[in-house]
Amino acid sequence: MSFLSNIWRNEKSREIIVQIFVLLCIGWFLSWLISNVDANFKALGKDISFEFLFIPAGYDINQYLIDYNNRDSHLRAGIVGLLNTGLVAVFGIILATVLGISLGIIRLSKNWLASKIAYWYIEFTRNVPILLHILLWHGIIINTLPHPRKALNLADVTFLSNRGFYIPKPLTENGIELVYLFLVIAIIFSVLFFKYAKKKQDLTGVQYPVFWINFFVLISLPLIAFVISGMPISLEIPALKGFNFRGGMHMSPELAALTFALGIYTAAFIAEIVRAGILAVDKGQREAAESIGLKSSKVMKLVILPQARRVIIPPLTSQYLNLTKNSSLAIAIGYMDLVATLGGISLNQTGREMETMVIVMLIYLSVSLSISAFMNWYNNKVKLVGR
Amino acid sequence: MSTEMYKPGSYPNLPPPPGTVGFYGWIRNNLFSSISNTLLTIVSVVLVYYLIDGIIGWFFFDAVFDADSKIECRKINDGACWAVITRRVGQFVYGFYPEAERWRIDISFLTMFIAFAPLLYPDLPKRKWLLWFSGIFPFFAFILINGGFFGLAKIEYSLFGGFMLTVILGVTGIVCSLPIGILLALGRQSKLTVVRTLSICFIEFMRGVPLITLLFVASSMLNYFMPPGTNFSILVRVIIMFTFFSAAYIAEVIRGGIQAIPKGQYEAADALGMNYWQTTRFITLPQALKISIPGIMNTFIGLYKDTTLVVVIGLLDPLGIGRAALADTKWNGLSTETYLFVALFFFVSCFAMSRYSLWLENKLNTDHK
Repeated sequence: MSFLSNIWRNEKSREIIVQIFVLLCIGWFLSWLISNVDANFKALGKDISFEFLFIPAGYDINQYLIDYNNRDSHLRAGIVGLLNTGLVAVFGIILATVLGISLGIIRLSKNWLASKIAYWYIEFTRNVPILLHILLWHGIIINTLPHPRKALNLADVTFLSNRGFYIPKPLTENGIELVYLFLVIAIIFSVLFFKYAKKKQDLTGVQYPVFWINFFVLISLPLIAFVISGMPISLEIPALKGFNFRGGMHMSPELAALTFALGIYTAAFIAEIVRAGILAVDKGQREAAESIGLKSSKVMKLVILPQARRVIIPPLTSQYLNLTKNSSLAIAIGYMDLVATLGGISLNQTGREMETMVIVMLIYLSVSLSISAFMNWYNNKVKLVGR
Repeated sequence: MSTEMYKPGSYPNLPPPPGTVGFYGWIRNNLFSSISNTLLTIVSVVLVYYLIDGIIGWFFFDAVFDADSKIECRKINDGACWAVITRRVGQFVYGFYPEAERWRIDISFLTMFIAFAPLLYPDLPKRKWLLWFSGIFPFFAFILINGGFFGLAKIEYSLFGGFMLTVILGVTGIVCSLPIGILLALGRQSKLTVVRTLSICFIEFMRGVPLITLLFVASSMLNYFMPPGTNFSILVRVIIMFTFFSAAYIAEVIRGGIQAIPKGQYEAADALGMNYWQTTRFITLPQALKISIPGIMNTFIGLYKDTTLVVVIGLLDPLGIGRAALADTKWNGLSTETYLFVALFFFVSCFAMSRYSLWLENKLNTDHK
């Protein structure tokens, strides 16, 4: 008896006992779940197999980045869906970042009115569920924009209608290679020049207007190549043929609604992150920078932003991740993303809930785990090192 | 200029120069302090003017509040057609809960505030007595809403809907997820490898997948994991998923709070001879929870907003009711009105929650600035 109570009183052995007990409980619980699945599947005459991935999907997808038709396999439909998820995530992230940073800066503006407008905009957007944003935008595009025949005409090249947005499509012709070549040269030059200028400044203190020189080179070199090779880019302008537009690039109402909704919703969160990041920089830093005579743009660029960046980037990344996960709500308006293809129609057609959901979840899981791994790496890199 | 002579120490207090204080001073400092600032003000004023002009007109003055169909609305005026809401306001609030029994929802909703008051406002008089009511409230509300006892008619879950469903899902999820989240956060910080690994796996899995896939699992697969023949209601399954999902997020928020506690606190607790549970109860949690209030409230607000996703698996929350209304040919195309109405409801409740969180944060803030 005293031996047993000694084991329990010893911290090391008690920890081991508790852990073994927890393991046994979890093991029993998992085996109970698996045996239930087994019994249920036997009763229904189902099995677990991934062969369905290779049979023809048999459904159409209205938006695809790689070739797809309904004779392609479920696997390919899933990949099309995954690419669509990526597409809307990229659009949304660009919109959210631009809008969010501007809003965050306006929110900090000394102008009372502008700051209040930004405040109420942020409060209104982020306190309304994302699904409502998506449905609202979709509804606005579908119900209030005119038919293609009476489409809103922006400068005769872009048309907004309830069947989507039509924008000019750049077509490349012979000689475009020269433009690409010059663009690459310009990029290489600006990277080298940036490094050179930084080294020069470190050594001698001489500053070059790096930004403006690089900006000029990056714009002018490809432009020169564009002119001397005979303007090898032409625009294919959408034109009304019958009941709908032909030519140009087409952005479906679903894609547009989803981009707006995700971008605008996430922008409100990004604005708060940017604001909090800038406010997190100690007041003394700004005062010190002003007292050594830096002008206000330099104070921002050299003192505030580098320190705010450390606070801003981790939550910003997780907002990007949230945006990507929120894009799965596309299913509510019929945009064919990963959840709508593989986890939606493929699931219903093949009746393989277990397999499709496992694949979909694993894909999202691997994306978010790799992003959080990146974030940990970044946090360690920019962490303040205590001396 | 007359020069007056004053005895030392008798110089009168003069008013500040005109235009630096008061209304004009405020306007000058906040709206017209520089050229760019003035431009920004002008742009903002123009923006506000157009917004108010367009929106107020559409919302109120040109709006139609009662009509039989969209076409009739348009005949009367060209603003918003709120008739789609006013004709179904009962459904938007109660779903398909039988009309004769709706008083049960009303009573539960009102008593909910009494039950939450002692939890939310620590200074309330007679708090101890009210806390007893908070304790029995879940059972009270369940009996009242669900029925089946004391001669109350049993109401099927499938009739639940509207804002009432949102509140039921949100409140149950919030109340259940906090304790689970605290346990997960402690598990993640535990010395025991097995417990820590399990907690990390659970948290990372829940945070890594979109909520909608979890809801699909709840609606289509959860029954496979139960012994054959069990069939529990979709509402319960959805609440379980919401609870686990937001518990994982709360766990991460609380973990941040735990990590922010200075090491000296634990050393002091050890020096006093406290064991793990005493340290957790008296040292770790009171401080960690206080630090993480904003994060926890944000998670709650997120959970509350996420309840709208149930429409995708076919439950009739306000969005579901709205979509059903829009599917009616009479109201076809009034999506903006419908969704804005639902959006307003969510805005009011979420904004109130975030204001409460700010208030509590300030109240519990003990550092003397």
